Amino acid sequence: MLSLYVPGDSIVHRLPAGPKLLALFAASTALFAVSGIPIHAAELLAVAGLFRAARLPWRDTLHQLRPALIFLVPIFLFHAFVTDWRLGIETVLRILVLLLLAVLVTLTTKLSDMIDVLERALRPLRHVGVNPSKAGMMLSMVIRFIPLMTREAREILEAQRARGLDRSALALLVPLLIKTLKMAGDLSDAIEARGYDPETVAPVWRRWG
Amino acid sequence: MRIAHAMIEVSNVSHRYGAHEVLKAVNLRIGERRVGIIGANGSGKSTFARLLNGLLIPDEGSVTVDGIDTREDVKAVRRRVGFVFQNPDNQIVFPIVEEDVAFGLRNLKLPKDEVARRVDAVLERYRLERLRDHATHLLSGGEKQMLAISAVLVMEPRYVVLDEPMTLLDLRNKKLVLEIIRGIEQPVVLVTHDLDHLRDFDRIVVFDEGGVMADGPPETAIREYVRAMA
Amino acid sequence: MTTRDMTFVALFAALTAACAVFPPFQPPFVPAPIVVQNIGVMLAGSILGARRGSLAMALFVVLVAVGMPLLTGWRGGFGVILGPTGGFILSWVPAAFVVGWLVERGWSRLGFWNLLVFNVIGGISVVYLIGIPWLAAVANMELGKAVKVSTIFIPGDLAKAAIASFAALIVKRSYPLIRA
Repeated sequence: MLSLYVPGDSIVHRLPAGPKLLALFAASTALFAVSGIPIHAAELLAVAGLFRAARLPWRDTLHQLRPALIFLVPIFLFHAFVTDWRLGIETVLRILVLLLLAVLVTLTTKLSDMIDVLERALRPLRHVGVNPSKAGMMLSMVIRFIPLMTREAREILEAQRARGLDRSALALLVPLLIKTLKMAGDLSDAIEARGYDPETVAPVWRRWG
Repeated sequence: MRIAHAMIEVSNVSHRYGAHEVLKAVNLRIGERRVGIIGANGSGKSTFARLLNGLLIPDEGSVTVDGIDTREDVKAVRRRVGFVFQNPDNQIVFPIVEEDVAFGLRNLKLPKDEVARRVDAVLERYRLERLRDHATHLLSGGEKQMLAISAVLVMEPRYVVLDEPMTLLDLRNKKLVLEIIRGIEQPVVLVTHDLDHLRDFDRIVVFDEGGVMADGPPETAIREYVRAMA
Repeated sequence: MTTRDMTFVALFAALTAACAVFPPFQPPFVPAPIVVQNIGVMLAGSILGARRGSLAMALFVVLVAVGMPLLTGWRGGFGVILGPTGGFILSWVPAAFVVGWLVERGWSRLGFWNLLVFNVIGGISVVYLIGIPWLAAVANMELGKAVKVSTIFIPGDLAKAAIASFAALIVKRSYPLIRA
């Protein structure tokens, strides 16, 4: 459950994360600069080609797209009735291209590679008080704590369900918050006990997907 | 001024949390290879353990490790004293086994190949090799504690302090972890409330209500502890 | 920022992710079911304050963007951020900051009602102020129409602001983290 990455060795997978992310942002900006159904349809074809090259399973792609697809229908209907059906098609095509590109990058790039890119991208911000290795350290901590917190949340949900309190958001949240704050002390002790110093620290070593 | 010896020295230490005094003028010199700390819940034994590597700085008195005062150079003390906590879940910081083992070494600013070499050696020694790229949250309780201990030992501290490392484990994993602790080359301070773990120790210190109630070889210390608890 | 601060920030980002576990609840007379997750914004701001709270949300958003399936329904990735509802998620960062900033200023006389107002200003207004124009832009919608679509979530968000305010007050009593 760590990430949505689908392992593979296609050309899209092998492209380094940095250029992929840059390309995604360039494309998402360019998409709003051009208009016309034919050009967006051509883009859709090109993206379909990229998916073919990446050899991704349809199921993963669809799962990520589904929530957005539900959105596309009302957007089209809205335009068809209120403005112009052609504008509806154009808008839907544009969003579809955007989402497909984003899903493509997400499914073909390792999480650790993305975080490495982020850490590198943050480096110029060092002069305005952003510490990239601290940021990288915290991102790793969040990834470690998510399963921990999810388990705590699940246990609390079960305990409150047994008492018939699982409909009460307060009965779920307050114990979870108290637990979190108690854990924070032990966790930060454990981090410092192993010699961590937030002021002078080497970049985090990552080797995972 | 005392000469710096290879030992941990606790002099006249008192510590309080708010109005509650958890340690009252404790004096101890620890130089043996195996020292056990026992005591009831709330006796101050966990607080005592945390003083040894500077996780807590005493309100009064001083703690020195090989002559280094925890108030003066806490970093140097932490480098010397490894600390293993009761709950491995609150001690594993990284999502992947190998990364977590490497964390302490990265903090020591060791070169990459040295880090890799030491990580490999520890993973192999503690039979975690096959788990090296596993997600830490998917390990069993015993595996998690093995990882937590490995992540401390990989830093090659001069002393190892363990605060009830077996309390949350099942019987089989308790035995396994105890075996690992027996094999540690460095001097060990083990906080526990299971007397069976301490039979072959050199010295046992019994804490009660913030002070040392008994101190000596296992037979005598345990006898006094059992009598006091009865 | 100390190690402890970093731990709090990471824990609140993780807590927001963990809230995806709680099932959406459906109060009577409310058209849309209420997803518990975005209560994390209000909690982070109310409990950690502006800087740490917004940082926690930034970590959460970054991890969603780079592909962790952390949103309710196991969604994540750049698609969610760039899509029609992306503005609502991106807004969590400034929203937590605004809540935290207000809470820090009102810390000494913090009660349920002013905390609720802070959460409504930061946790609801800021979110809508960014989310709605984003929705209108991506979906080529008129702003007025986008506002109308979004109003169905207001009752649920108000309920969440009340819950978050209660919870933050209870926590403040035992663990005051902003000015201990």
